Amino acid sequence: MENLSAWSDLAVITAMVLFIVALICHAAEWGSARTVASRATRETRVSTAQRRQRSLASVGAASQGTSTDTEADSPDDSGDSVADAAEEGLSARERRIEMAGRLGLNISVIATMSVVLGVVLRGIAAGRAPWGNMYEYTISAVAVIAIAHVVMAYVFKMRWQGLPVSLILSLSLGLAYTALYVDVAPLVPALTSPWFVIHIAGATVAGAAFNVGAVASILYLIRSNMERREKVSGYFTRMPSAEKLDAISYRIHAFAFPLWTFAVAAGAVWAQAAWGRFWGWDPKETFALVTWVIYACYMHARLTAGWKGKRAAIIAIIGLVSFWFNFYGVNLIFDGLHSYAGI
Amino acid sequence: MARDLTKRREAPAPALGPKQTLRYWWNQLTSMRTALVLLFLLAIAAIPGSIVPQSSINPIKVDQFIANNPELGAFYEKVGMFHVYTSPWFSAIYLLLFISLIGCIIPRVVVYTKALRAEPVPTPKRLTRLKNHRTAQVEGSNDEALTRARTWLRRHRYRVGGSSNAAGDNTLSAERGYLREAGNLVFHISLILVLIGVATGSLYGYRGGAIVVVGQGFANVATQYDDMTSGARFETSDLPPFQIQVNDFDAQFEIGPVQTGAARVFRADVTVVDEPGADPRHELLEVNHPVKIGSTQVHLLGHGYAPVVTVRDGDGNVAWSGPVVFLPQDGNFTSLGVIKAFDAKPERLAFQATFLPTANIEQMGMFSQFPAPIRPVLAVNAFHGPPRDETGLPENVYSLNTDGLTQFTDGDDLWRKALEPGESVDLPDGQGSISFDRVERWVQLQISSTPGLEATGLAIALAVTGLCFSLFIRPRRLFVRVRDDGTVEVAGLDRADARLGLDGEVDALTAATTGHETEDRSGSPDEPDESTEGDPEYGEPHPTDN
Repeated sequence: MENLSAWSDLAVITAMVLFIVALICHAAEWGSARTVASRATRETRVSTAQRRQRSLASVGAASQGTSTDTEADSPDDSGDSVADAAEEGLSARERRIEMAGRLGLNISVIATMSVVLGVVLRGIAAGRAPWGNMYEYTISAVAVIAIAHVVMAYVFKMRWQGLPVSLILSLSLGLAYTALYVDVAPLVPALTSPWFVIHIAGATVAGAAFNVGAVASILYLIRSNMERREKVSGYFTRMPSAEKLDAISYRIHAFAFPLWTFAVAAGAVWAQAAWGRFWGWDPKETFALVTWVIYACYMHARLTAGWKGKRAAIIAIIGLVSFWFNFYGVNLIFDGLHSYAGI
Repeated sequence: MARDLTKRREAPAPALGPKQTLRYWWNQLTSMRTALVLLFLLAIAAIPGSIVPQSSINPIKVDQFIANNPELGAFYEKVGMFHVYTSPWFSAIYLLLFISLIGCIIPRVVVYTKALRAEPVPTPKRLTRLKNHRTAQVEGSNDEALTRARTWLRRHRYRVGGSSNAAGDNTLSAERGYLREAGNLVFHISLILVLIGVATGSLYGYRGGAIVVVGQGFANVATQYDDMTSGARFETSDLPPFQIQVNDFDAQFEIGPVQTGAARVFRADVTVVDEPGADPRHELLEVNHPVKIGSTQVHLLGHGYAPVVTVRDGDGNVAWSGPVVFLPQDGNFTSLGVIKAFDAKPERLAFQATFLPTANIEQMGMFSQFPAPIRPVLAVNAFHGPPRDETGLPENVYSLNTDGLTQFTDGDDLWRKALEPGESVDLPDGQGSISFDRVERWVQLQISSTPGLEATGLAIALAVTGLCFSLFIRPRRLFVRVRDDGTVEVAGLDRADARLGLDGEVDALTAATTGHETEDRSGSPDEPDESTEGDPEYGEPHPTDN
C-alpha cells in the first residue's frame, strides 16, 4: 500500500513538471505570436467585420495544419512589394507558433495521464475515493480540469487556452504538493457516507468547469477590450472573437451552475444525515452559498441589458475567486465542520 | 428572471399619483437590475456570518469575542453581527429578493400558459432576412411539399402552425423547446417552496442535545435536555415520549503514524422504546447513521469520558458515588470535570479534576497523549468548607464556585494526587477519601425534528431539475414558406444563444420539403449566434446580422 502511495506521489510530481514544461511551450507559443501586432495594426485599417472573420478563419485553420494556416494569413500581404520575403518570414514564424502550441498540448496530454494515474493510485492506496483531504481533492480537481482542457483542445479546437490553463494546473499541483500534502490515511467517521462520493464529485467537476469558464471570461475581457480599441495583437489574433469567447464561457458556466447547485444540495442532504440539520451556516456552507449566488448573478447578468458582456465576465471571475476562497481560505482560516485532518 | 425594464422604463413623470408611484416602485422592485443588486447584497451580507462568531453556532466564541473586544463587541451586538442570518437586514434582503422573484414569476406564468395554448408565431414576411435561411425549388406539388415539411417538423417534435394567404403562398411556423421556460419557472417557484419549507422547519422544529453516560438512558422530556433550541410554534408538550438506553459505546482511533489519534469508528449500541409500552428495539447509532423515531432523528454528535468515583466523608459515609461527566479539552481527550460531594459531613467536599485517558508518566504533563484509555489517570485537587444551606438554585455541574471553600494543602504545596483506576487516597486531616473506581464513556446525543423536511428536499430536487431544463433545452423556431410558383423558403432562428446545429436543421428541413431528402447534416460549424435571449417578442432579426 505504501508503495502504491509512493508511485502516486511520483506520478503527481511528474505531472507537475510536465505541466510546467507545457506552460513554457505555450509561453513560447504566445511569445512567437507577439510580433503579430504589426500585422494586426495593418489589419485594423480593414473593416472590423472582415478582421473578425479572418481571425476566426485563422483559428479554425490553426488546428488543421501549418500549410493552410499560412494560406489563411497570406492574402493580407498580397500586393505588397516585399510580399515574398514577408511571407517567408511569416510562415517560419507560423511554424514556430504552431510547433510550440502542439508541443505544449501533447505534453499536457501526457501530464494529464500522469495526474489521472496519480489520483487512481492514491485511491487504491487509500482503499476509497481519493477525496479525504485538501491534497487529494486538489489533485483530483487538477485531473478533471486537465481532462476537460485536453478534450476541449482536441474536440472543440480550443488550444488557445493552453497558457492560462497550464498555469492554473502547474500552480495547483505545486501548491498541493508543497503546502497541502498528507500521507494516505483512512477517513474520519464523519466522511464515511455514500454522499461523500456524490457531494465531492459534483463539487469537483463543477469547480473544474468554473476554472475553465473563468479562463474564457478573462480572455474575453482582454480580447473585447482589444476589439473595442480595434487593436487585436499578439496571440489574441489567433483566438476566437470576443463574441465567441463569451459564448464559450457561458456554455461552460451553464454546465457548471446546475452541477454546483446539485453539489450544494447534496451537501445539505449529507449534513442532515451527519449532523441533523441540512443547513447550519458553517463557513464552508456559507461560502458555497455565496459562490452559488454570485454565479446566479452571472446567469441573470447575461440576460440584462447593460450587464451582459464585460460585467457578466467580471462576475464570473469574482465567482471563481469566491470558489477558491471557499476551498482554500475557509479550510485554512476558519475552523468549521469542514476542517478535517488539519488541512 | 425578472423582466428587463431597460427598454420600457420611462422617466418618472414629475407628479405621480399614489397608484402610479406604487406601480413605479413595484416595477423597480421586480426588475432584473434590482434582482441582480439584491443577489449581490445577499452574497455580501452572508459573508460576515462566517468571519464573526455566531451565537447560533458557537455562543462561547461570541462571549470570548465580546470579552476581548468590548467596544467592537457592543457595536456588533447592536447591529446583529452575532446572529447575521436572523438579523433584520439579512432577512430584509432575502425577503425583498423573494418578493421581487414572485412579482416577476406571476406575469411570466401567465404569459407561459397563454403561449402553451397559442399557435407558434406567424411566419415573418421576409424569411430571407433571417440569418439562417435557404431557398429551393419544390419537386412535385406544393401540397405534398407542405405535408412533407409538416411530417418532418412533427417527427422532430416541433409544434406546428401555419397559414395561407390570398396570393397562394402557404407557410408553416414551428416551434420547440417550450420546456425551457417551464424549467425556468419551476426552478424559481421551487426556490419559493424551499424557503417555505425552511421556514416551516424552523417554526415547528426543535433541536436539543443531551449527554448520556453509557449504561444510562434518556427519556424525551424537556428536563432531560442539556440545551435546546426550538421554533416559535413548538411546544415542549409536543415531544414524542420515546426512551433511549445507551448500552455500549465503541470508539477507535488511528494508531498508525499518519493522523495518529484521529477518530476511526464511533458506534453506540442503543435500545429504543418508541413509546411507553412499545417493544424495545436495538439500533446501532453511528455518525452519518442517525436513529429515526417517527419524524424525530437522533444523532451521535460527540463522546467523552466519565470517571466513576466514590467519595467518603470524614464520618466514613459515602458522600458521592457514580460516574461524573468530564468535558474533553483537546483532540486527545484531556478532560476536565468537577466532583461535588456537598452532603459530606462534617465538612462538604469538592474536587477539581483532570482526566487523562493516556497519561505520560515520564513527563507528568497534564495533557493526554492519545484519545483511547490506554493509561488512564485522574488528577484531583480537593476543597473543603463548612456546610451550606440548600439554595435550590441550579448550578453548573461543570464548574466549581470556590467561594467559601478552602483548598487542601500538603505542607507548603497544594494537595494534589494522581489516581489510577482502582486506587484510593485519603484526604488530609481525616476529612475522608476519594477513590477512582473505573472509567465509563458518555455520548452526546442530538435529538431533532424538522417538519417539512421531505417537502423541502423534494423542492430542492425539483429546483435542480428545473434549472437543468432551463439551461439545456434549446428553444428553436423554424419557418417554411412554399410560394405559388414552387419556390421554398426555409429559415430558422434560435431563441437561446450559443446553440449548435441550426444550420443543419434548416438544411434537413429544406431537403425534406423539396423532396431531396438527405442525411441530417448535424454538427456543422455554427456562426457566432446573435444572442436573442430574454427578448420575449423576438420577431425580426437584427439588421446587423449580415
